[in-house]
Amino acid sequence: MSLLEVEDLSVVFSRRGRRDVRAVDGVSFSVDAGQTLGVVGESGSGKSVTSLAIMGLLPRRGAAVGGEVTFGGRKLLGMRRDELRDLRGKELAMIFQDPLSALNPVVPIGRQVTEVLTRHRGMTGTDARREAARLLDLVGIPDPDRRLREYPHQLSGGMRQRALIAMAVACQPKLLIADEPTTALDVTIQAQILELLKELVRQEGTALVLITHDLGVVAGLCDRVNVMYSGRIVEAADRRTLFVDPRHPYTTGLLGSIPRLDSAEGAPLLPIPGSPTDTLPWSSACAFAPRCARSLEVCTTVTPDLEPDGRRALRCHNPVPAEEAAAVGAEGRRE
Amino acid sequence: MLRFVVRRLLQLIPILFGLSILLFAWLRLLPGGPAAALLGERATPERVAAINRTYGLDQPLFVQYWRYLQRVAQFDFGDSTQTGRPVTQVIIDQFPGTIELTIAALIFAVGVGIPLGYFAARRQGTILDNLAVVGSLVGVTIPVFFLAFLLKYFFAVELGWLPPSGRQDVRIDATHITNFFVLDGLLTREFDAAFDAVKHLILPGIALGTIPLAIIVRITRAAVLDVVNEDYVRTAEAKGLTTSVIRRRHVLRNAMLPVVTTIGLQLGLLLSGAILTERVFAFPGIGSEIVSAITNKDYAILQGVILLVAVLYVLINLVVDLLYGVLDPRVRVR
Repeated sequence: MSLLEVEDLSVVFSRRGRRDVRAVDGVSFSVDAGQTLGVVGESGSGKSVTSLAIMGLLPRRGAAVGGEVTFGGRKLLGMRRDELRDLRGKELAMIFQDPLSALNPVVPIGRQVTEVLTRHRGMTGTDARREAARLLDLVGIPDPDRRLREYPHQLSGGMRQRALIAMAVACQPKLLIADEPTTALDVTIQAQILELLKELVRQEGTALVLITHDLGVVAGLCDRVNVMYSGRIVEAADRRTLFVDPRHPYTTGLLGSIPRLDSAEGAPLLPIPGSPTDTLPWSSACAFAPRCARSLEVCTTVTPDLEPDGRRALRCHNPVPAEEAAAVGAEGRRE
Repeated sequence: MLRFVVRRLLQLIPILFGLSILLFAWLRLLPGGPAAALLGERATPERVAAINRTYGLDQPLFVQYWRYLQRVAQFDFGDSTQTGRPVTQVIIDQFPGTIELTIAALIFAVGVGIPLGYFAARRQGTILDNLAVVGSLVGVTIPVFFLAFLLKYFFAVELGWLPPSGRQDVRIDATHITNFFVLDGLLTREFDAAFDAVKHLILPGIALGTIPLAIIVRITRAAVLDVVNEDYVRTAEAKGLTTSVIRRRHVLRNAMLPVVTTIGLQLGLLLSGAILTERVFAFPGIGSEIVSAITNKDYAILQGVILLVAVLYVLINLVVDLLYGVLDPRVRVR
């Protein structure tokens, strides 16, 4: 049994006077200790909602969560709130996308780190401060004693993200969910943060769920990848398979839209036309069909199932043939 | 920090200059004058001229103003034309009452307003929330003198729970050191006198504090609703912190920022708004003094008291700015 098992997870947002929105639909995956799972997809594909649902951080009103989430043999959905609070921050932790807004602007960094230590490790006073300084040092913040006394606005973007990571790893969680941890950062800082996460996984055996829309990040860090589109997993495979032999038209689209050094000079990038929509013209269909070059009659009438074939799981009526996939992926480089 | 305070205090000087010139001109432009007010129907041109000469009112305006400035420079704010008492003495006698009343109103407004606004936000959309919102609307719109009258009628006259007027029961033989009656009672250990003074503050305090209360409820509610949706509150949840820590450290602390600004502004208004309340409860404070000074064209009193209120207003705002820096490190002055 894996550390985290997500089974048929669904999230429906409902607001009075509005149509219900099915943000996550039938998502299943599992993560083992020491493993890094990438979750890829464009904005609105349900990546963040999935992670918030696992953490139990969705608003209690207006969001209906279905399915099953098992963490270390315990069911997270429907768990008592105080029980969940005991787990959160201690065994499962999360790093958020925008480090400035994710930190409390009027509380010193030190207090925001020590409050986790006080809550879950019973540390107070000097002990907690010393441990907080050690954590900041661990995530590569220079002069930690000074930084502990400072406020979020006095830190640079990279340092804020490091501080958030320090808070998340303060109790050596078994599972760490990182929701686009590098999106708000400079490229050079991105690399440092990713290296830091990699180290954590290697040293502590933490299971990492890395949510991103940056395939470069996936290539550098992840063991397995879930590609999500419109609340569903459309292709799930190990990293190598996904990059070398992508089969879902959406995955090939994503790979094809990355600028590459080895492409012919002047060759156009290949964007995926259109944008995702949650209002399909058909009641049951493949959500990607309106933007898909390979869409068939059946794509607009029957929702394809996620079918495993040993190497991958694929949700498509008309997958990209191997030869074509090779054209986009083969030079799968970066590996 | 110190430089900031000094700079703000220096800014007081031009403010007071400008205000004093305006006041001086404005008061003397009003029809009538101290002489007419003193003499009433028996005024003959000779007697009016005599009184004007006594107070120097026969001189050109700028000469009067120059003399006034000379006296003020020696902390002599003149004497009341009506009673002959020095303005400073009038302020020492009357102002503590208004300050006590203002503090009572503030305690009521803040003490009830912040919790009520907070719970209204936490229970958004429930009956409690709707009651708080509608109630605060009523609170803002109800005229102070009408509310004061209602409170006095029910709780003092009909039910007799609280005294209807004054600052202290005349039958209590209280020692007064500072003229802050509650403080005096505590200092001299005459606790019955302090308690009696507090009882006299309750109804006027509620009447005066209702509008600020309503405003504080609304601002607190809106601020809390804003803050609970902030990312850092979600971060706090993700850390598994207890509800009480999240509420105190992450929600309330941030939600207090706009509330503190509002309280500062309200405090200034309370000082000037006390006039009506003092009137209804026959509460001897600076408000009653201003009303009679206007009727009597008592220039010296009006000039002295209005300038004092202006100084206090500026000082209160300075304190609010400093407090804001304590609460929000982002605007902390260096």
